[in-house]
Amino acid sequence: MKFGVVVFPGSNCDHDAYYAVTRNIGQQADFVWHDSENLNGFDAVILPGGFSYGDHLRCGAIARFSPVMRAVKKFAEAGGLVAGFCNGFQILTEAHILPGALIRNSGLRYICKTVGLETVTTNSPFTNALNKGQVLRVPIAHGEGCYTADQATLDELEAEDRVVFRYAENPNGSMRDIAGILSAGRNVMGMMPHPERVSDHLMPGTDGLGVFESMLTALAETTR
Amino acid sequence: MSEQNPNELEALLKTHKLTRGEYEKILQLLGREPNLTELGIFSVMWSEHCSYKSSKVHLKKLPTHSERVLQGPGENAGIIDIGDGYAIAFKIESHNHPSFIEPFQGAATGVGGILRDIFTMGARPIAVMDAIRFGPLDSKENGARNRRILDGVVQGISHYGNCFGVPTVGGETVFESCYDGNPLVNVFAMGVFKHDEIFYGQATGVGNPVIYVGARTGRDGIHGASMASDVFTEASKQQRPTVQVGDPFMEKLLLEACLEAMKTGAIVGIQDMGAAGLTCSTSEMGSRAGTGIDFDLKHVPQRETGMTPYEIMLSESQERMLLVAEKGREQEIIDVFNKWGLESAVIGIVTDDGMLRVRENGKVVAEIKNRDLADEAPLYHRPWTTPYRNVPLEGPDFTSVSVQADLLEMLASNDLCSKKWIWEQYDYMVRTNTLAGPGGDAAIVRIKETGTSVAMSLDGNGRYCYLDPREGAKLIVAECCRNLSTVGALPVSATNNLNFGNPERPEIMAQLVEGIEGLAEACRFFETPITGGNVSLYNETLGESIFPTPVVGIVGLLPTAPPVPMAFPREGLDLVLLGGLGDCDLTHFGGTQYTKQVLKDLWGLPPALDMAFEKRVHEAIRELVLGGLAEAAHDLGDGGLAVALAEGTFAGVGADVDLRSELRPEFALFHEGASRVMVATSKVEEVLALAERHRVPALILGKTAGNVLKISLNGTQVVDVAADKLYQTWDQALEEALHV
Repeated sequence: MKFGVVVFPGSNCDHDAYYAVTRNIGQQADFVWHDSENLNGFDAVILPGGFSYGDHLRCGAIARFSPVMRAVKKFAEAGGLVAGFCNGFQILTEAHILPGALIRNSGLRYICKTVGLETVTTNSPFTNALNKGQVLRVPIAHGEGCYTADQATLDELEAEDRVVFRYAENPNGSMRDIAGILSAGRNVMGMMPHPERVSDHLMPGTDGLGVFESMLTALAETTR
Repeated sequence: MSEQNPNELEALLKTHKLTRGEYEKILQLLGREPNLTELGIFSVMWSEHCSYKSSKVHLKKLPTHSERVLQGPGENAGIIDIGDGYAIAFKIESHNHPSFIEPFQGAATGVGGILRDIFTMGARPIAVMDAIRFGPLDSKENGARNRRILDGVVQGISHYGNCFGVPTVGGETVFESCYDGNPLVNVFAMGVFKHDEIFYGQATGVGNPVIYVGARTGRDGIHGASMASDVFTEASKQQRPTVQVGDPFMEKLLLEACLEAMKTGAIVGIQDMGAAGLTCSTSEMGSRAGTGIDFDLKHVPQRETGMTPYEIMLSESQERMLLVAEKGREQEIIDVFNKWGLESAVIGIVTDDGMLRVRENGKVVAEIKNRDLADEAPLYHRPWTTPYRNVPLEGPDFTSVSVQADLLEMLASNDLCSKKWIWEQYDYMVRTNTLAGPGGDAAIVRIKETGTSVAMSLDGNGRYCYLDPREGAKLIVAECCRNLSTVGALPVSATNNLNFGNPERPEIMAQLVEGIEGLAEACRFFETPITGGNVSLYNETLGESIFPTPVVGIVGLLPTAPPVPMAFPREGLDLVLLGGLGDCDLTHFGGTQYTKQVLKDLWGLPPALDMAFEKRVHEAIRELVLGGLAEAAHDLGDGGLAVALAEGTFAGVGADVDLRSELRPEFALFHEGASRVMVATSKVEEVLALAERHRVPALILGKTAGNVLKISLNGTQVVDVAADKLYQTWDQALEEALHV
């Protein structure tokens, strides 16, 4: 399988995502520069963490206008798997590929720590290898991770089983403890925690591998 | 300057912090009077900050060579070989003065400056640590200000490091009233590259183009280097405009663009613009290569209109680089910077006459020999007497009512408590190399490309150094190397940040001289040559000098593997104290954390140190940890044995400790004698045999058990506290002190 790892100016978890894909799950990966509109040949796309455009204006607010985002939108509409971690999630909401917004943490401070993450649904290409209710230990590292949406959107997300992860202990004020969500087509996921940081045995755990392995399983099924 | 009358000249020299003697030397070197731009250029290059004029004669005493050292002092950072064709560049630098004037930007640009020092050499930064010192948070007069400075500094480091994408993996935070009006912010950075990817700050190749890249030049930070070379007075608040404003996003782009441009092979030399900006980068690059640089200010990208040559040359705007390219290949470099959306401009060429020639629209506005600026700064053999100290050698009579209460008080003290509130605001995991992050004895990052990991530790101890700068400095190096050895790493090289007061006072100069000599002796003994660093003098506010505070950062190497934890992982393990209980008397107890936190006092001398013994302990613990004999290991430092035991229980597993000692209880539990490391092991016989082989005493303290820390001394129970309670006391103290 071949993953595209998008690089915006200011992305800084791009190398980590690349390493997780190539070394920890043994797949191919290529970096995709933000001004490219070509995602041909990729089976999945990762929008990595970081501070695209320095988070100027709002997190992800400028990145959404990068040419590559037009391609990501098309890729997603065609059913391709797109995962946004941290800043990637913020960009996906700014681009209206996912609903809601990520605003300043309720404590007004940047937080870096490993948190408990409840797997809310396994009916997704990103969690099919996990068990419903399984609690993963995955790091967060963000200043603007408070998931916010209007009540109707939140109700809809829950009704359609599109909340993918919830915080076991809410660290940032996210509404309904939401840490990650799915698109209506279930092929786009955004999550604030960083699964790529816990994907090999020398890191503080390997709980992030489940997300990547789920993607592989889903891709294997679609290509079969 | 010929129109100046003598009074005006005096005033001009005063604002440029140049002495009459220095001015005479300028006249002699130039063979004429300088114009204002030239005077400004000399003033920054000859400032204490850039020239090390008060410390240089003593810095020469430091060891700087070993087989591993690829680059010693004098470049942007030191470089050592780590094997497999890879090398690391690392250095520490202070941003003390700016952080007092404007804590957030002062600390942020401190991080930015040291990161540029690393990547200007071609290395990708992979770790940052910081040693920060403040006045007490609970001070009646200044507590609110100290809390605000701490908050600003932490947010500044967080803002810059997180956005840039480098993990902040450790450091130290200390509170002492001497830092009340003079906080210390020392930032260490480390980067990795291959041997054939190293770049130097040299303007070689006559006729080669000189290229400016990065942010535009503005009026910020003018005279920053001279400000950092002065004492603080009430008027210092007026200096806020001398603090620069950092943009970590720009720095991140600069990093990626520089590393990519270096790969083209078209760059022959590169240097960042830090202190003294364009002036320093041009004259130093020329001086190192023995060449001249001729450039025109009209080509320098400017943020504001109407800037004078003086302002452009002295600006310390951040995120700028100067590079020299191979002639004819400029475009390759410019293309890379364009790709990253960065501005670049050819501003001049390398010449063969050794002159820094600055033009404004063709007309020469400054003309000085590069080496006169970079190498001919006056060197001062400043007089020194005996190190200043104002505390007695002998301590008062005291008796503890309850050592258990003392232990809890110490765990809750701002120096010893958890700094989690601070480091959770730093991204300490980005780049997925952090094997051991903040809070441990030493931080460890893996080098993914090889099987090697780099451990690093930052240490300082102003109290020890105040009591005896020479012994204090040696103790710091010993502690740092012990921290590294405790995680299994072999210490290989060091960088130092010398934070001292006003060198023009002989008793303060004496602290500096003895501190450097102590560092030199210890670094030689522990085979950790110093490959660079920073000197920060004039740390004095309203006549009050800080404690002499040398901070050392030492790096060590170890095979990549899961680290051994500090806390006891399970019950039933034997606790062994390598190095033994040690000895102490009232005099050598005077600088301990117990004296500070419980007795609120200071006297005597720092703990005694036997370096040969210390080294044997390092060798023993390294072999023990690497041999898989330790299930937990923690070196004894601040707070001594009792604090180390308490920290051992933080994973929830307690211990039963039975001590026999002639020492009085306060000494036995809290003295800070060096050369001691505690291990938890299931292979006690092997541990004892190994210790014996290294001629190191090993004392069996007891066993890990239950969830309570129990310590008995000579048969009397002196501590009996639940691990939970110890943890809570330690965990929450800083947040309570900050009222957050």
